[in-house]
Amino acid sequence: MKDRPRTQDFDWVLLAIVAAITTLGVLEIYSSTHASAMAGMQWKQLMWLGLGVAGMFIISRIDYHTLMDQAPVLYMFGLATLLVVLAIGHSRFGAKRWVSLGGGPNFQVSELMKLIIIIVLARFFSEVRTDHLTLPDLAKVAVLTIVPVGLILMQPDLGTAMVLVPVAVVGAFLAGIEWKHLAIGFVLVALMIPVAWNMRGHLKPYQQQRIETFLHPEENPRSAGYQVLQSEIAVGSGGFWGKGFGKGSQNQLGFVPVRYSDFILAALAEEQGFIGVCLVLLLYLGLVLRLVDNAQKAKDRAGMYIVMGVTAILGFHVLVNASMVIGYMPVTGIPLPLMSYGGSATAFVFLALGLVMNVRMRRFVN
Amino acid sequence: MPSWSVNDQKIPQGRLALVSYVFVTIVVLLMVGFWKLQVVQSGHFADLAERNRVRSIPIIAPRGPMIDREGRVLVDSYPSFSILLMRDDPKSLEKSLPQIEDGLGIDPSDLRQALDAAKSEPKFMPVIIKPAATQADIAFVDSHRADIPVLELMMVQRRRYPHDSMLASAIGYVGEVSVQDMDQSDGHYRPGDLVGKAGLEREYNDQLEGTDGMRRVVVNSVGKVMRTLDNVEAIPGRPVQLTIDYDLQAIAESDMQGKEGAVVAMDARTGEVLAMVSRPTFDPNDFSVRVPKEEWQRLNTDKQTPLLNRAIQAQLAPGSVFKIVMATAMLESKAVPENFTAYCPGSAVFYGRTFHCWRPQGHGTVGLHAAIVDSCDVFFYNVGKQLGIDKISFYASGLGFGRRTGIDLPSEEPGLVPSEEWVERVYHHKWYAGETISVSVGQGAVTVTPIQLARMAAAVASGGTLVQPHLLKSFPNPKVDHFVLSDNTVEQVTQGLYGVVNEGGGTGYHLRLQNIDLCGKSGTAQLMSYDAANRLGNKKMDGWFVGFAPRRNPEIVIAAIVQDTMEHGGEAAGPVVRDIVKAYYDKKTARSQQQATTTSPAEPSSTKPLVATVGVPHP
Repeated sequence: MKDRPRTQDFDWVLLAIVAAITTLGVLEIYSSTHASAMAGMQWKQLMWLGLGVAGMFIISRIDYHTLMDQAPVLYMFGLATLLVVLAIGHSRFGAKRWVSLGGGPNFQVSELMKLIIIIVLARFFSEVRTDHLTLPDLAKVAVLTIVPVGLILMQPDLGTAMVLVPVAVVGAFLAGIEWKHLAIGFVLVALMIPVAWNMRGHLKPYQQQRIETFLHPEENPRSAGYQVLQSEIAVGSGGFWGKGFGKGSQNQLGFVPVRYSDFILAALAEEQGFIGVCLVLLLYLGLVLRLVDNAQKAKDRAGMYIVMGVTAILGFHVLVNASMVIGYMPVTGIPLPLMSYGGSATAFVFLALGLVMNVRMRRFVN
Repeated sequence: MPSWSVNDQKIPQGRLALVSYVFVTIVVLLMVGFWKLQVVQSGHFADLAERNRVRSIPIIAPRGPMIDREGRVLVDSYPSFSILLMRDDPKSLEKSLPQIEDGLGIDPSDLRQALDAAKSEPKFMPVIIKPAATQADIAFVDSHRADIPVLELMMVQRRRYPHDSMLASAIGYVGEVSVQDMDQSDGHYRPGDLVGKAGLEREYNDQLEGTDGMRRVVVNSVGKVMRTLDNVEAIPGRPVQLTIDYDLQAIAESDMQGKEGAVVAMDARTGEVLAMVSRPTFDPNDFSVRVPKEEWQRLNTDKQTPLLNRAIQAQLAPGSVFKIVMATAMLESKAVPENFTAYCPGSAVFYGRTFHCWRPQGHGTVGLHAAIVDSCDVFFYNVGKQLGIDKISFYASGLGFGRRTGIDLPSEEPGLVPSEEWVERVYHHKWYAGETISVSVGQGAVTVTPIQLARMAAAVASGGTLVQPHLLKSFPNPKVDHFVLSDNTVEQVTQGLYGVVNEGGGTGYHLRLQNIDLCGKSGTAQLMSYDAANRLGNKKMDGWFVGFAPRRNPEIVIAAIVQDTMEHGGEAAGPVVRDIVKAYYDKKTARSQQQATTTSPAEPSSTKPLVATVGVPHP
């Protein structure tokens, strides 16, 4: 039994996997942008990664129990921030997601909400204290989740809003949701799909278009369906071995949309082929399995919930992003964690990993 | 310590493991998805990627020029620009419209109409708003690339007819390929391709049209050309050299200015057409861009049929020119004695009907020669009566009437030679003997085209050799028909035709030329019956003159018709023939003089290339 949490107790295996994924990401960002007006983007991404690693160390030093103590405050703070964004945030790409941080880089506040929901739900599930999640508890979980989801949806940002849901679902599952409630939940979701379909008139035009595009990609080869089609062409034409680093025509000539960010996996698939994709997917599988391993070794359920919250979000990101790239899911603007270019997203992932390290460092501490 | 952090619960290892399994399953499914795209369908997507980045831009091949027999340009092509309006961004399009209307001088309603017409087409298909851009238009588009991005220039090859309507009826015109032609072409033609639609443009389309080239370029996602992969140059169409002599054509054109009718001048020995005019006519330049609907309507419905090439398509009563055929038939068939004479009091009665001679006071007693020279109708009424329609028909057919000459132009008309068999077949009644009398002077059912008349006259003067008229200088193996005539026949008929021009009292005496044995025959065809014309006071006639020189085995033969005239053929059409023949001989004299100087041993090196291009057209 040790008395103090120590940095040596970081999960170095996990960090090695993270390093491998981020290296591939930075290389692909370089390949995608070096011959364009955006050349040099990889350096910015390295800067974000550096900031992220620093953030990870900082957050790992604050005992996660302390953080969970402040869960209600954090939750209220998060909701308030979302409201502020709705009121004064400035639009980018047709959605209000950003707040200006005193002249510094803009920060996408919904990323912050992801961290907060992990902590809040971890605290809630820890308080259940049985292995049976009652219906009232389930309802509370739903409310806690739906309020921020709703606020993010109003920005509107369907992708990030959806990302909060798996934290609740995985948490509820681990907290001992009854199978019949789980079944009812699935049925409800299934029923929601046609309802949502009928409600699509209330969606923003770009969202409607994304859904239309997903359902009938071939009908509109010049607009949003064009993005998916171009992504599929990039992936498919990469073949088994890939076209080679910096040699993907879809990528280099700009046919792949936002090839350095949301569609970075398509760019990589074109240049590194099926082999490259498999390597990436296996690295993510390793990441998730290693995270679950950390959850299993957590000192308490609170730690476990935190680690699994992080796991749920990262896993969901990978699943949705990779599916989107091959046209299995609509375009929702969910980046591939650790690979896609982006400050807020990168910061979130490292802060989330900081929480995981936080839990791991304290597994032997009393 | 808060209640929630009391560490009294075990970690649910089983459920955590389950979460891992779920994720493993998802990763496997994703790998299957990538496998499908990258391995199973990779060929298909590689193909799509290739098509994405490689764009084929056609390079339009210029159509071959047409030159006259001495290499002078009659038709050529020039590069030109069309202005395209891109429609894929409706917002910036709407915004720029007023500026475009202003800058290019396009009527707003025209522009609107062009856009409306293209409404049903896909958005990425641009609209041509100005097919022939001027220098100022091009400058406008170039200088506004940044603020009016919806405009684009496309290089095209446009047909140019530098002499406007000269030879237009024979040359024809070009136009966009029709849907049927496109379907039949087996992919050879694309929408918007220009093809010959009429005349020589159509006849020699295969030779004139080149092979479009193709430039394959790599483009990026916004269509910007990054680099060129390969470049297949366009193969320009081959030039077509015509037998037309620009100088003679110009004279024929100016003589026919403001008149209605046709002229065809031909080398009597070879069938080479030296000049061909049809009036009224059109300017093929109007077709090389885009014919406004109203203009096309006008050209097609105009009673004066400007799109008709009268030299080969007008089927007209030959009038007295037909007397050449009658005289030939009379002498060859021997059905009428050579020394046959008739008394002409100005009219004669056959089968109970009065037939008038063109000269009301009559010709007195005339034999064959005089009857030809002064074109006595009564003489030939009598000849026709004795010959009968079937003999007339035999010789008329033998001399090329009633069938196409085979000239290398589309839509030639055959004319008509009536016969007993024909009237029974078509009208299901017996031949009226009185009709034979009308046919004897080229009236009634017999119709001919100017080109047939020219060929007939050449055939008679050359002992029965019918050449195939043609406009292509290198026409392969022109067909030659022989309808052998005895020397006596040729001699007597040509003497008569010589007399027409060179004897006082001849209908063409005013046309005689010094040192040139111009022979000919005038003809004046009534457009309605003698009585009806008198009653209505309508004296409008078709005036013919067919002439050739020299008298035996002529070099040049010309048929001219001036329609709807108040004058007789000799006066109306004769001068056209005379002018062309004179110009022909003037050129010939000049050429032989030049040849004499250039071939002189003193200056062997001064041989001008002109001689080489002129060659020796008359071996």
